[in-house]
Amino acid sequence: MKNILKSTIAILSVLVAFTSCNNSGKSDGKSGALASNVAEKVYVAPGEHDEFYAFISGGFSGQLAVYGLPSGRLFKVIPVFSQDAEKAYGYNEETKPMLNTSHGFVPWDDAHHPDISQTNGQLDGRYVFINGNNTPRIAKVDLTTFETTEIIEIPNTAGNHSSSYVTDNTEYVVAGTRFAIPVPQRDMPIKDYKGNFKGTLSFIKVNPADGGMDIKFQVLMPGFDFDKAHPGRGKSHGWFFFTTYNTEEASTLMEVNASQNDKDFIAAVNWKKIEEYVNNGGGKKMPANYAHNVYDEHTHMATSTMKKEVLMVDPSEVPGALYFLPTPKSPHGCDVDPTGEYIVGSGKLSANVTVHSFTKMLDAIENKKFAGDAYGIPILNFEDVLAGAVEQPGLGPLHTEFDNEGNAYTSFFISSEIVKWKLGTWEVLDRQPSYYSIGHLMIPGGNSQKPFGKYVVGMNKITKDRYLPTGPEVTQSAQLYDISGDKMELLLDFPTVGEPHYAAGCPADLIKPNSKKIFKLEENQHPYVAKSEADTKVVRDGKTVHIYMTTIRSHFAPDNIEGVKVGDKVYFHVTNLEQDYDVPHGISMIGANTSELLIMPGQTESFLWEPKQVGVWPFYCTDFCSALHQEMQGYVRVSPANANTPLKWSLGEDIE
Amino acid sequence: MKKSNIIMLIAALLPLGLFVFPLWKITLEAPQYPTPLGMYIHINDFSDVHPHDIKNINLMNHYVGMKYIPEAIPEFKIFPAGIIITTIIGLVIAYFGNYKWFLSWFILMIVLSCAGLYDFYLWEHDYGHDLDPKAIMKFTNPDGTVMGFQPPLFGSKDILNFRAHSYPQLGALFLGLGIAASLFAYLVGKKNQNKT
Repeated sequence: MKNILKSTIAILSVLVAFTSCNNSGKSDGKSGALASNVAEKVYVAPGEHDEFYAFISGGFSGQLAVYGLPSGRLFKVIPVFSQDAEKAYGYNEETKPMLNTSHGFVPWDDAHHPDISQTNGQLDGRYVFINGNNTPRIAKVDLTTFETTEIIEIPNTAGNHSSSYVTDNTEYVVAGTRFAIPVPQRDMPIKDYKGNFKGTLSFIKVNPADGGMDIKFQVLMPGFDFDKAHPGRGKSHGWFFFTTYNTEEASTLMEVNASQNDKDFIAAVNWKKIEEYVNNGGGKKMPANYAHNVYDEHTHMATSTMKKEVLMVDPSEVPGALYFLPTPKSPHGCDVDPTGEYIVGSGKLSANVTVHSFTKMLDAIENKKFAGDAYGIPILNFEDVLAGAVEQPGLGPLHTEFDNEGNAYTSFFISSEIVKWKLGTWEVLDRQPSYYSIGHLMIPGGNSQKPFGKYVVGMNKITKDRYLPTGPEVTQSAQLYDISGDKMELLLDFPTVGEPHYAAGCPADLIKPNSKKIFKLEENQHPYVAKSEADTKVVRDGKTVHIYMTTIRSHFAPDNIEGVKVGDKVYFHVTNLEQDYDVPHGISMIGANTSELLIMPGQTESFLWEPKQVGVWPFYCTDFCSALHQEMQGYVRVSPANANTPLKWSLGEDIE
Repeated sequence: MKKSNIIMLIAALLPLGLFVFPLWKITLEAPQYPTPLGMYIHINDFSDVHPHDIKNINLMNHYVGMKYIPEAIPEFKIFPAGIIITTIIGLVIAYFGNYKWFLSWFILMIVLSCAGLYDFYLWEHDYGHDLDPKAIMKFTNPDGTVMGFQPPLFGSKDILNFRAHSYPQLGALFLGLGIAASLFAYLVGKKNQNKT
């Protein structure tokens, strides 16, 4: 009996050992003491702040989400290209113009690649730019308010994917065409694509004082698909590099027909040369129609202006402005290292990662070593510009970022991993799996001259079983790796809002001190502001009624309104009189065909209510503002259309 | 000029620091105010420690029926006049007077300061106890009397969810140093008198 017991225990312990071994293998070696060690690395104690901000794009959500690193905590979803009922973005009268385009009001877009403004090739933490892929647009988010303050539509473009990257001093933010189209648009057979469809690369000048955007020029390109882009850094400042695919110029069954050429191109654009050409009167003004929407922080309102002209540059007329660097197999990522010497092309169907040398490129140009031309644009010899290749590092290389020690980190979509390799020796140093199918990755400052090489964030396309299931649609996610040591270490999985295409990270210290706490009431220039309760009023203009209303803990002024009639258009213009940090007020009206308002201290917002039924209808505060929040409510009396109820309003007394 | 008179001259001038620096500071701490609310009391003004603090103190206090902190009180005229007059008197006796006058000035300043503090106490008491009968929230003490919200004259005290601190500031230090210096001037003068 004793022996049986003994052997059973022995078998059990072997089994236990085996299973635990299995477990530790399955959980990536994170069990036991090691796991707690990893936990400490991402633990940010309650009340403490993260070391980095991460701005992670929402892809098809159209928005930009703000996270902290290393905790992976979500702080805010900044509405950019999509309406957001929570914040009334695109619903209130003030922000509706932000989503205006040449196609009218477009309440959604596909937000892809955020990039933080730079000075001297280093992050300056002033703005984040992000592109809308579908109805081509570029937005600017102001990092003092974390709000979208400008959106510019990009004409002659479709699928604005190779954007929105900034040059060393934020001279330009770029946009580019993914889907070649007839330029200008016209009715023509699709089969005549080849040679007739065009791509454009847009250079949007950024005003150094206020960040204002203006399309300085567009470069008319052959009808390739321009996928990704990266500005030259340091020594290559003044150049911009764009990856291309579909140099086959196919228009159907693209997955096959656009994958035939052994090599596509990286287009090297000498933008300084084109800028000079344009400044000397070069380029052709072309009729266009595109929206430029600007939000003014003082009027708290956006205005949309339709622009009617754009300057088009034919690169064949600017010698030396444009070259093609042959790059294997439909390259996606186009990434320039912090020194500006290496241009990494991630041929997503290639077995290798190709790296071009800027110095060799200049040399080849100097010596006119051309292999031919495409539509008049010189093609350089692959061997002449090649710096080296990372041999067989993985499958499906997509995107590369850099640390501050001469290492590169490339994401591999197909083999689902991040590979660390050495610039110059092209030697693979480490690899870590991603869960699953990583797209882009991000190191804070990792696309600038000064990376902060402590973490890399991988943005995955698939999560499958990584989280509690939520039906067929499961969360999107990012993964955080520690890259401070020789080997990368997976620290954290965290869910994201929408599909994270790309991100921009920044040390918190560059942004945090500039974050606004309130809007100053005395600086409010909204045309319908009421800066005190004494300024509140109700004004009728025909069938339009304007209510100048205020909020302060814990009441609306006025809170009793009579004389509104069925069929009126009633505008609530609500000013939050609070001047205390984190005391917003909200307002919603029963039956209003719009969202609530969420009004920050010192801000004015407006919504439209068109009462359809006679009665007395309540409104209330939607943000739990104070101990008397539940009492923060009011009534509007709605009389029949033909009634002559006089217009009256009051607070704290009965309407006589 | 004698040493004691020079000290008295300095003593008379020091209280003028009240026109530059605040006299007193009241700070209100609460969990939801990681940056506390605060108010400086100057000889001629109330001011915010951080922008909009007084507005936000008023907003807090209206829940319990406290009056708004006034823009101006009569003391803002009386106190500056008092300081200017006593400084002039101090300068005159520093120039003309002998050390015995210094003691009188010292006593005068002590008396006036005590009166000022008492006046401050009375205002605080009224501010903390004269509550709107329609106050949103009414609190009573354990003995059934209406709870008051008077901040401390000097020191720290819990008032509902707030912890209130009330302490003198640089202006008060200048006043105190002036008063102390006048006593010192008197003692130096007396010592020199005994020597001769």
